[in-house]
Amino acid sequence: MKPAAFDYTAPRTVSDALDALSDTARDVRVLAGGQSLLIEMHLQRIRPDLVVDINRVAELGQLSAGDGTVEVGALVRHSRFESPTAVPGPIGRLFSLAAGNIAHAPIRSRGTMAGSLAWGHPASEWCGVATALDAGICLQRPDGARVVAASDWFRGPFRTARRSDELITSIRFPLLGEDTGVGFMEHRRTHFCFAQVAVAAALTVRDGVVGEARIGLVNCADRPVRARAAEQALVGAEIGSPGAACQLPGDHPFVRAGRIAAEQDSAPLAEPYADLEYRRHAIAVLVGRTLRQAAEGVSQ
Amino acid sequence: MKITLTVNGESYPLDVEPRRILADVLREDCRLTATHLGCEHGVCGACTVLVDGEPIRSCLMLAVQCDGDSIRTVEGLAGPGGEPHPLQRAFSAEHALQCGFCTPGFLMMAAGVLETDPAIGRDPERVNALVESNICRCTGYEPIRRAIMRAAASRA
Repeated sequence: MKPAAFDYTAPRTVSDALDALSDTARDVRVLAGGQSLLIEMHLQRIRPDLVVDINRVAELGQLSAGDGTVEVGALVRHSRFESPTAVPGPIGRLFSLAAGNIAHAPIRSRGTMAGSLAWGHPASEWCGVATALDAGICLQRPDGARVVAASDWFRGPFRTARRSDELITSIRFPLLGEDTGVGFMEHRRTHFCFAQVAVAAALTVRDGVVGEARIGLVNCADRPVRARAAEQALVGAEIGSPGAACQLPGDHPFVRAGRIAAEQDSAPLAEPYADLEYRRHAIAVLVGRTLRQAAEGVSQ
Repeated sequence: MKITLTVNGESYPLDVEPRRILADVLREDCRLTATHLGCEHGVCGACTVLVDGEPIRSCLMLAVQCDGDSIRTVEGLAGPGGEPHPLQRAFSAEHALQCGFCTPGFLMMAAGVLETDPAIGRDPERVNALVESNICRCTGYEPIRRAIMRAAASRA
């Protein structure tokens, strides 16, 4: 199918974009990378009255780090994060691990991180990373601005706290200290599929003891969730040195955290190719592996 | 809406509805029908073209978004005297196509990547990941992978 007819505007400034978005009587959609919106428009599941193309708003293309935060402008594409040094420190490595799992190169060269957060797909890699690190979503509207924490942002599948007259201008992350190890792993049937399960983790370890743990679960519920119970179980745990063993022993803190994440922090939905039992098993295994990947990164 | 696309170095002043995707405008308005449309939702990659040097899915971009941009399609791959591009020669040598429907997309994706990152030819894993981004239902991908590596080697 082809998209239904719509009006189109391509503003050059944020304030012009906000003017266009203030027409709340109509279905107005923001077009950034377009790698999800245009699919929905092809299928005519979304038939906007007006499309506001923000690709010519140069000020939204900034990626900056400083003052303990990373600010990702609304037009920064996925491909920008493929290099682990695009953003300094461990968060740059986490972004790079996550970006490598997003679709394919031609999609990554168009799609944006802010667009992924606006779209709110439960299987989105960026939504999981933002949840793990409790990123701030920076919004502007004609009469003001606000920052919404990722923990308040997701309201269900494809539902967020954004009001229709608001524009995401950037995403703000806390920079991670050098003593933080990061991990990101994804399980899916083929590279063409959405994540069946993905996990983002950041771990601080001192003398073999976990200080702080942050775990974001992707596609483990109707929205991205933070594995708070698993995180709590990890704090103060002695992880020893996993060494070269293929599999961690069943009583290792990472394996235990995986089980807790699967049983207490997740609320997976059954899918045709993955029933609940299988999904919980996959979550437990993947959380354990991602934590191990993060712990190995600490010593680097 | 009035827009101007530069396709393969030639300027096309056009009047298009905003709802029309780049692939359709290339095929129907510019009459450049070598860009194929398969799935129309970004999965198959048959419609891949270069916009300002970057491989993109032309089904997931509106033509009006490309106003003023420089686009390269598979028609623009051969040299000025019609001699095939190294990638086209390599695809032929390695039997990297059978029905040929997906070939324009594979060629443009590989052309875009080889131009910005010629070293990829020495890294089979990255070539594998590249080939994964498009769908071919005839070859099983192996000949396409070999062709991209051969073309990369011939440039080096």
